[in-house]
Amino acid sequence: MTLKLGDLPREELCRRLARGLTLTTGPFRFRLQSRQAGVAEGLATLYADFPVLEDTDFRDFHVRVDRVRGPRRWFRPQVNFWFDGYAPFTPLPADHAFALLEWGMNWCIASHAHHYLLLHAAVVERRERTVILPGDPGAGKSTLTAALALSGWRLLSDELTIVDRDDGLIVPLVRPVSLKNRSIDIIRAFDARAVLGVAAHDTHKGTVSHLRPPAASVARMAEKGRAAHIVFPRWKAGASTRLSHHSKADAFMHAANHAFNYSLLGRLGFELNAALIDACDCWDFEYSQLDEALGAFEELVA
Amino acid sequence: MKLACAALLAALREPAAMAGFDANTWDRVVRQAAAAGVLGRLGALARETGIDEALPAPVWRHMQALLTLAGQQKRAVRWELVQLSRTLANLAGPVLLLKGAAYAAADLPPAAGRLFADIDLLVPKSQIDAAEAALMLDGWNSSHHDAYDQRYYRKWMHELPPMMHIRRQTVLDLHHNILPETARIRVDPAPMLAASRTLPEFPRFSIPTREDQVLHSATHLFHEGEWQHGLRDLVDLDAMLRAYAHDPAFLDHLIGRAEGLGLGRPLFYGMRHAERLFATPLPQGLLDRCPDRSGPLQTAVMDRLFHAAFATAHESCRTPLSGVAAWILYLRSHWLRMPPHLLVPHLMRKSWGRHVGKTSAGGERGTENDV
Repeated sequence: MTLKLGDLPREELCRRLARGLTLTTGPFRFRLQSRQAGVAEGLATLYADFPVLEDTDFRDFHVRVDRVRGPRRWFRPQVNFWFDGYAPFTPLPADHAFALLEWGMNWCIASHAHHYLLLHAAVVERRERTVILPGDPGAGKSTLTAALALSGWRLLSDELTIVDRDDGLIVPLVRPVSLKNRSIDIIRAFDARAVLGVAAHDTHKGTVSHLRPPAASVARMAEKGRAAHIVFPRWKAGASTRLSHHSKADAFMHAANHAFNYSLLGRLGFELNAALIDACDCWDFEYSQLDEALGAFEELVA
Repeated sequence: MKLACAALLAALREPAAMAGFDANTWDRVVRQAAAAGVLGRLGALARETGIDEALPAPVWRHMQALLTLAGQQKRAVRWELVQLSRTLANLAGPVLLLKGAAYAAADLPPAAGRLFADIDLLVPKSQIDAAEAALMLDGWNSSHHDAYDQRYYRKWMHELPPMMHIRRQTVLDLHHNILPETARIRVDPAPMLAASRTLPEFPRFSIPTREDQVLHSATHLFHEGEWQHGLRDLVDLDAMLRAYAHDPAFLDHLIGRAEGLGLGRPLFYGMRHAERLFATPLPQGLLDRCPDRSGPLQTAVMDRLFHAAFATAHESCRTPLSGVAAWILYLRSHWLRMPPHLLVPHLMRKSWGRHVGKTSAGGERGTENDV
């Protein structure tokens, strides 16, 4: 039986975290190191169902979030993120430590995992039908993804769609869903059972809090998905729920323009993206009411 | 270095050894190789040796990612050369590609899996103003605007301040020599330019002869003090020597050329350390024929320093000596670059600039982007 992060008592978690804890999320293994209580708290709340590995395994990314050196260690304390000894970001206030870890982990994947085609989109699945949700910031992509995950849909990713270069299938990443500002209260109101981490206020994205991914999605993190739909969601105050066809040519261009490494992959990027769009029905989706939106998604995979 | 980096060196020397690494070893080797800029090279070697399928899947994924990135850079540099062919169409005299860009454009031995950050061009000094003007007209801007930096480059260095294209963001270094004007070794670039051969695919550009490729790579490695790339540059040398040394005439030409250009010492260090670290197959007695060899005591001291410096890229390789060695070699590179009456004020100015938070020319110890 694999050890899960939630099996570790808090002191043991902190002890392991201080010297390096190996966590699996989708195809990636992270070695996380931190002495920040906020990081341990965030991990205990949001990653309890994730497997923890032995330190003798190969880890993809070695990361650390800790206090910076110098006066800002004590005076208005700041933390920074280190990727194997290198700090790609500027320091943040100490109470943003967990959010910084999440952004840092995303950065690790987006800037290194060029083995895959990496699209900027959420992915969920129901009845073995995988649905990709590209969305511009503010389009309500994360809110919708969180609501779907809380309604029995399998969560594959809320931000990074990973396309396998060998078979074109979608590789789950399964990480906490990042909710911003009003979405946090909307999701709390949507489902009282939703487990959210401690909010980080006044970040560059406003207030940020993360939703714990469903245990069932975490348990299936090794199962790839076959994409069936691409849905461009758009939340609009007062709008009635409406699903309409989106041109495939435009979907292709949108996916390419919003990918993290489309042009980097050259011809392979084109072929993977083209095969993905070919295999999917593409939709525009306008909504204002979450309940109605969920109903429409159910019909999509019925 | 021997122990901490032993597996990485073994992989570079004998790629088949990679098939026997355990997960724990890979956890170290992948990070060391990535930090030193040779992970893509390991991937290329694994594929060439046919052991890529025997590697653990997550490890191969990292290598494949780097090979993908290297492939993209190769496409990008070829596209830049198409653009630059037009920009520099009316320039008199040859335009030489150096190092990374030359390896990628002409598919030279070090190219497979290798990354590079900028395009290095060499033109005759008489053409440098015309080349700069043509580049500026086409959207290449100087990245250093500080008056001191401009003067530092233009008066003393062998290159202009780096230029960046306003739309494509490509960085280009325009050289008129391979070592600074003020350096202890005065190199005349004219023979290199004269002997260069035109690239059939990009006739505006030439690459140095095989001998000059090796000499420039060794000179850059042992004189410029960019030790964060030290191991990768030695890997380049090893790759070229392996590929070219089959031809006995090549080695004779190489020794003669080093003598003619006054680059015997960097060639001696380059061959010595390639042989020591990567067992580069060189004929016996070749090193003894190298002009301007260091004496036994100096060789022993420099061996220690260089070995420590080759290991500075990743913290798991560093020894207590590494930091000191890197610092001594940093001073050495400046010592070789300028006479003391220029060097002391320059280093003081840079040190001051660092304290007040300004970057200054010629002293950067390398950043992540500087691959």
